[in-house]
Amino acid sequence: MSETGDPLEWYRRMQRLRRFEARAAALVESGEIVGAVHEYTGEEAVAVGVCAALREDDIITSTHRGHGHILAKGGEPRRMFAELLGRESGYNRGRGGSMHIADFSRGIYGANGIVGAGAPMACGAAHAFRTRAEDRVAVPFFGDGAMNQGVLLESFNLAVLLSLPVVFVCENNGIAITSSTEEMTPGGVAPRAAGFGLPSRSVDGMDVRAVHEAATTAVRRARAGGGPSFIECRTVRYSVHNIAAGALPRESRSEAFMEAARRRDPIERLAGELDRERGWRQGERTEIDENVEGELDAAVEFARAGRRPDAKTALDFMYAATYPDFPARGWEP
Amino acid sequence: MRTLTYVAALNEALHQAMAEDDSVMVLGENIRNGVRAETRGLDERFAPGRVLDMPISEAAFTGFANGAAMAGLRPVVEFQVASLIFPAFDQIVNQAAKLRLMLGGQGRLPVTFFLMGAGAGGGRAGQHSDNPYPFLMHAGVKTVIPATPEDAKGLLLAAIFEDDPVALVAPANLLGEESEVPEEAYRTPLAHGVRRREGRDVTICAVGHLVPAALAAAERLASAGMEAEVWDPRSLLPFDKAGLAASVAKTGRLVVADDSGRTCGFAAEVSSLMAERCFEFLKAPIKRVTRADVTISYSTPIEAAALPGDEEIEGAVRAVMGHTEPAPGSTPVHG
Ligand SMILES: Cc1ncc(C[n+]2csc(CCOP(=O)(O)OP(=O)(O)O)c2C)c(N)n1
Repeated sequence: MSETGDPLEWYRRMQRLRRFEARAAALVESGEIVGAVHEYTGEEAVAVGVCAALREDDIITSTHRGHGHILAKGGEPRRMFAELLGRESGYNRGRGGSMHIADFSRGIYGANGIVGAGAPMACGAAHAFRTRAEDRVAVPFFGDGAMNQGVLLESFNLAVLLSLPVVFVCENNGIAITSSTEEMTPGGVAPRAAGFGLPSRSVDGMDVRAVHEAATTAVRRARAGGGPSFIECRTVRYSVHNIAAGALPRESRSEAFMEAARRRDPIERLAGELDRERGWRQGERTEIDENVEGELDAAVEFARAGRRPDAKTALDFMYAATYPDFPARGWEP
Repeated sequence: MRTLTYVAALNEALHQAMAEDDSVMVLGENIRNGVRAETRGLDERFAPGRVLDMPISEAAFTGFANGAAMAGLRPVVEFQVASLIFPAFDQIVNQAAKLRLMLGGQGRLPVTFFLMGAGAGGGRAGQHSDNPYPFLMHAGVKTVIPATPEDAKGLLLAAIFEDDPVALVAPANLLGEESEVPEEAYRTPLAHGVRRREGRDVTICAVGHLVPAALAAAERLASAGMEAEVWDPRSLLPFDKAGLAASVAKTGRLVVADDSGRTCGFAAEVSSLMAERCFEFLKAPIKRVTRADVTISYSTPIEAAALPGDEEIEGAVRAVMGHTEPAPGSTPVHG
């Protein structure tokens, strides 16, 4: 999705993320999605604010909670839903599901089921860009939980040492499944990154403007050869950690906390600001929302119409270069 | 033909690969300034970004190589010691090995995991003596282990230009071996084993530094009238099943010599493969010669006692040669 400083477009993109997740949750509920889904709801300003500062040829790595990043970077809802439904028409031909969606043509180097694992890959990609004298930037997204993964901390060091065009984006939603960030990450998130020599900022992740402004500065610096930096976006996930068919959602946070969080809602906040600054035309907001709904309804229909992979293809795609009798089957045919 | 040491052959392969293709890069610990012979001269010859000294961060620099590969480079990641793949295992097993299928065939991961100085001997003790190839094979990582300088060069070039992750295991005990190596660049194909010695009585499938050990054993056995065929798979995954099966079908006996753990090891896999494929040709049970399932000790006598060598291979061959099939209708004796 292209770079944009237009708040109305941010609004549209945030709505797309939120309503995508509402549909994904419904598809989990109906049993059409077989695996787990980690909803991005509540955190939309982070993905949209950051990706609106990126060019189409910049790359991101994403997380288990990846739908938002992928949509914000231009991922097509219909191919995402098709992936969630395990269809051949999905981004990964149904081989990956929610946690592994990738679209290399749009610089989406994949969601990732392993906390922190995308960060070193983003560093490597950034290095590749630099060796070819391309002014592309790599942005690894990760949660606060990743701040305690060795590979992420090692990646901070690598990025500084090699002065890579990387912008690390930490989505600090205050919690990792049920563990509080405050408790698990002594010293705080942004100061920890600063300790590696990374220019480090902490912004209100419920404010798309603040996120976009911080990301624009960091991306500009990286693109101009000024090296890596770090942005902590303080946000809230509205949903439970994840949902899956038949699983009981458990919420460890208090009702009062959740209520207070929803009062900081990033979409309502931007809508309010737009109202004060320029005023909504009669029906303008509804029109945008309905357009998004229509696009997503069509996307779900596209996904449902897709076919499931043929059982005969279960061994496909493991390797680019194959050999006779390789990869091995589990039993003699 | 001129001769090269194993390590010089590896070095020549890196030079030739980098000269042939700008996207090839080498990264790892202490690789610049010619400290290590296999990377000698690369930093003087090629652009700085193509020869990277990394901090002691195996997980991150392996992930870095994965990402660089996704973005179009062909990185060679050196692990200073084979056991150092373990700190990087998530990036090797969960990422590199799985990504292609998981992403439905999107992207390319032409990364080489270059495991220098694999194996035991000389008091390297518990954490520097592993031959961790069964872990890699189990994870689906293509894995090769050259036994000669010629194959060291050809397999490293093949690994670098394969469009999938490939691990190349360079046994510490072979690095100083010297033999003829062609000067031009050539690629030794994966999934092609090679017969190192012809014989009619028994096949010894030997891996890495056990190839010369098997050849030494075969010479002694020959003077006792037993002709052993020595077969070097070179490529453990993919494995040349048909090549070994042809040899076993001819000799009717198989000893597998592999210096990795006995349980779920490479020899275990080859034995079961050949039992499935060649049962009707077998005149004796297949025998494995492997490491004991223990941590390798420092002190020489107990280090050696856990490791397979030419004598153990010879003993196993004598055992399968001495095996006589039970007469029809007799009951097997257990004990
Ligand atoms: C390395 C690793 N350890 C554990 C898990 C299991 N796990 C999945 S999500 C998660 C919490 C992650 O928290 P955070 O990074 O803050 O992201 P959030 O879920 O809050 O978006 C854990 C522990 C994992 N996927 N990877």
